[in-house]
Amino acid sequence: MDFSYTVLIPLIPLFTFLFIGLTDDRIKPAISGLIGTTGLFVSFVLSIFTAVKYFGGAGLVEGAYKYIIPVEVRWLNLTDKLHIDLGIFLDPISIMMLVVVTTVSFLVHVYSNGYMKGERGFSRFFAFLSLFSFSMLGLVLATNIFQMYIFWELVGVSSFLLIGYYYEKPSAVSASKKAFIVTRFADLGFLIGILLLSYNTGTFSFTELTNPQGSAIAQGSSIAFMGLSVMTWSLILVFIGGAGKSAMFPLHIWLPDAMEGPTPVSALIHAATMVVAGVYLVARLFPVYALSAPEGLAVVGYVGAFSSLFAAIIATTQFDIKRVLAYSTMSQIGYMMVGLGVSGYGGHEGLGYMASMFHLFTHAMFKALLFLAAGSIIHAVHNNEMTHMGGLRKYLPITHITFLIATLTIAGIPGLSAFFSKDEILTAAFHHNKLIFYIELFVAGLTAFYMFRLYFRVFWNEEPHYHHKPHESSWFMTIPLMILAVASVFSGYIPFSHYISSDFKPFETHLEMVVAVPSVLVGLIGIAIAWVMYKNPSTLPDKATNAFGVFHKWAFKKFYMDEVYMFVTHKIIFNLISKKIALFDRKVIDGSMDGIGWVTLASAKAIKPLQSGQLQKYGFVFVSGIIILLVVFIYLFI
Amino acid sequence: MNILSLFVIIPTLTVLGILFTKGFKQTRLVAAIGMSIQIILTVALIYLFFQERAANPLAEMVLMKDTVWFESLNIRYTVGVDGIAVAMIALTSIIIFTGVFTSWEVNFLYKEFFISLIILATGVFGFFISLDLFTMFVFYEVAVIPMYLLIGIWGSGKKEYSAMKLTLMLMGGSALLLVGLLGIYFNSNADGGELTMNILEISKVNIPIDAQRFFFPFVFVGFGVLGALFPFHTWSPDGHASAPTAVSMLHAGVLMKLGGYGAFRVAIFLLPEAAVQLSGIFIVLTSISVVYGAFGAIMQKDLKYINAYSSVSHCGLILFGLLMLNETAMNGAIIQMISHGIMTALFFALIGMIYGRTHTRMIDEMGGLMKIVPFLSVAYVIGGLASLGLPGLSGFVAEMTIFVGAFQHPDLFHRIATIIAASSIVITAVYILRVVGILLLGPIKNKEFESLSDARWFERLSITTLIISIAAIGIAPFWLAEMIGFSLEPIVARLAAFM
Repeated sequence: MDFSYTVLIPLIPLFTFLFIGLTDDRIKPAISGLIGTTGLFVSFVLSIFTAVKYFGGAGLVEGAYKYIIPVEVRWLNLTDKLHIDLGIFLDPISIMMLVVVTTVSFLVHVYSNGYMKGERGFSRFFAFLSLFSFSMLGLVLATNIFQMYIFWELVGVSSFLLIGYYYEKPSAVSASKKAFIVTRFADLGFLIGILLLSYNTGTFSFTELTNPQGSAIAQGSSIAFMGLSVMTWSLILVFIGGAGKSAMFPLHIWLPDAMEGPTPVSALIHAATMVVAGVYLVARLFPVYALSAPEGLAVVGYVGAFSSLFAAIIATTQFDIKRVLAYSTMSQIGYMMVGLGVSGYGGHEGLGYMASMFHLFTHAMFKALLFLAAGSIIHAVHNNEMTHMGGLRKYLPITHITFLIATLTIAGIPGLSAFFSKDEILTAAFHHNKLIFYIELFVAGLTAFYMFRLYFRVFWNEEPHYHHKPHESSWFMTIPLMILAVASVFSGYIPFSHYISSDFKPFETHLEMVVAVPSVLVGLIGIAIAWVMYKNPSTLPDKATNAFGVFHKWAFKKFYMDEVYMFVTHKIIFNLISKKIALFDRKVIDGSMDGIGWVTLASAKAIKPLQSGQLQKYGFVFVSGIIILLVVFIYLFI
Repeated sequence: MNILSLFVIIPTLTVLGILFTKGFKQTRLVAAIGMSIQIILTVALIYLFFQERAANPLAEMVLMKDTVWFESLNIRYTVGVDGIAVAMIALTSIIIFTGVFTSWEVNFLYKEFFISLIILATGVFGFFISLDLFTMFVFYEVAVIPMYLLIGIWGSGKKEYSAMKLTLMLMGGSALLLVGLLGIYFNSNADGGELTMNILEISKVNIPIDAQRFFFPFVFVGFGVLGALFPFHTWSPDGHASAPTAVSMLHAGVLMKLGGYGAFRVAIFLLPEAAVQLSGIFIVLTSISVVYGAFGAIMQKDLKYINAYSSVSHCGLILFGLLMLNETAMNGAIIQMISHGIMTALFFALIGMIYGRTHTRMIDEMGGLMKIVPFLSVAYVIGGLASLGLPGLSGFVAEMTIFVGAFQHPDLFHRIATIIAASSIVITAVYILRVVGILLLGPIKNKEFESLSDARWFERLSITTLIISIAAIGIAPFWLAEMIGFSLEPIVARLAAFM
């Protein structure tokens, strides 16, 4: 079946970007918005169509899903073996991502028509959104790791541009810089990983790299360096890139600051799509990780587990609602990494892989919903701090209900989507790594607690004095909320294991009570604690703060990671290295060049007086010369 | 008439034409017309080159022309081009074309200014078409000397000091170079033939390895001074800071590439065995250049200093790629010459335009320019993104090709050097974003600047030309890479014999 039309899915946003970007303010903002939104709508429809066609039969051949490359062009020849191609790669996970990206992006476009109304640079905003959508789709559809790296950088820059959208605000500028530089640092690891991987396997192509029977896997895993195979080293380096984009510890520091961007951007880029690129990257290379670099996969699992715990602890202490959601995102991505890290290859062993992709999907829906609802709240009260909120359920009925649905979903209430996906990750962890299982179970409880803390604090609790009476947002904003709420509830019923598996063969999953019951219980406990502490004004939160003492302070200060970052960049890189080098260059290197010039001048000055033009002096020098010579001759020869 | 000679003749005629003009407007018009003809000639040259190449795929050089110049020493005017030279000529015509438009309002001693500028370009064109070492050296000096006048007279700041320093350091480089070239010349009869200056003929000769080892450092360092090789780069920050805009553009854009091109065409091509043996030392120096320049740029306050240090870093990468001595990395290095040439010209043009409006180049005295001069600011951001290697712009293609090429050496030394050089992609991001953040974004710092006007038509023309070139290479690098790669093959084959 012909899939070559899929090339339009990324290209349409590219055209809308160029069109809106080049016309800029020459057309009415509303029209820019309309063009951007329509473009994404077309991409969205095409993606759904592709998914239906692929999963409906076109993709399944002899009991396994096969990959399809409808378009591929040679972009640049590098060596005899290595060449960068640009193309479209369709397989179960890329189509799943296609659906996620276009759905959320389309809804965010619609939402932004309301949210960004009247902002200066409205057109610019839509141009950047289109650019981001193009880059993200290019990343998802990459046929080879270098194409992925190209679009990886492009999503990075789109994210930079959108975080810094309010460019007159210094905090937004520094947040955008931080996001770009921290992820760039991670990308250096990614790049070196790619270079190492491609040198040892002789290919960039995903199909050749991940073929379990192919030569690539065998070649790389045979060469050892410092105890680990070269394949393991390169995959760990590649994972550093993934960890940077996906905000895994310790490269997560940019994500909370990235909330300086407009809220629709946070929903699209920093919750649903770009930040899961790292998960997608590991999933894309999963056969290589699982078959030839199990140590690399273990790193993925532990980093994910630690990050999810770390972020969840910080989330319980924060007051800025977007930052709570940002830490929550980091924590949930940790879950996805855990899913991959505890997965095996093939059949039911690959449950974790499937669960990770499943959670990626459901998370995209409910987290986008949470962010967009948070945007609606911020729009209503003009503030980010939950201390300035309370009792909002009366004023924002639609936002309230949809937010509640999303909160129940993330808390893992049975029947809602995240219950299924999270449960499968926990099941996989239960069977492969008990330590990680208990960490994640605890995190599930924390998640329910901090999310309901947020919910009760914002929609119940005491009502502060509002300057303007908050009112519900426009339809542009509430309709996407409702659509996403429906998706959050029902996307758990998609039989994911029939579509996505580590070896492309459908398999069956079932609920394991031994995991499901404790996970629901800890969720309920978390909700109950939040209910007691935050539903009504009480002194309990303060008491709890005091009870935890120093530990609370550390968590509240985000374990001082930002201070470490500032120390490294400003104290070490700027002052210790850069300033010293600049000084060294001026004083020593340049000084020695000036020194050569000075010596030339000085020696000229020193011998200049000899040419004085005075006869007496010349005579004196002449006679003394003769005398000296005479003395020398007499001494030597007589 | 040979099309290559036209590249020298047209600028010479333009200079003559300028002598007879009356008034400022006529002068700049003649200059603009002359340099526009160069652009047309370049297009014709590319067309002819591909045609000749198709007709004659084995020839190392095409469009050759050979005339005796100085019989007794066998010095000849020999011209000819391969894909690499064509690429460099295209770069030069883009830069001089945009340089003239950037100098549209230089109203002080304008005749002399445009004449010097175009003589400089003549020298550069001549250098790239020459196949005779002596002719090449003459054109090289023709390019370097007008620089002294251009900086010393039309410059700003400590211009006399900078002009003197730049010229003396480059002359010092020339002195080394001359020794090296004569060394090559007097060994060119090693196989029993006649002494010759012709590059193609010398490349067939097996110069004794002792002589190669002795003269390689002279030639490589001699050209390296011009290519900002650490530690001989210090003329660059002062020189650029004092030079007028168009001169900075030409200097960083093209003249510094003479260094890289010469190191490639003379040092590596004619002394291949020494190149293989000695590359290690220079790889160390160039990887230092790359990182050192980038770190040096971070805390600078003057826009031109930032760009000068950035050039040290990027030009270091050119020499680094060349020293990897394999096709991929050398191809990347030559793309980097083109890419950096255009990019840095764009930066210097923008810095000149911003300076022309605000009369300061100190970044902390400005701020929030995005709101005041959006065209210039957006162009600056695009230049910055190209500089930090954003895919879709030229820098990415060049850097990635170099890194992939360098990684084809499996030994630890090359690996570590490559990783050090690659780390510049992070440092570059730091200094670029720092400038963008302070200069363009944030609130407007200085109220006087609120009434500044955005770019005018001639400024837009030159900026747009440069941006289109950057994007064209970034989006469709394959034809450029193919053109260069094809011409690299014989050279790489020769090097491979000594590996």
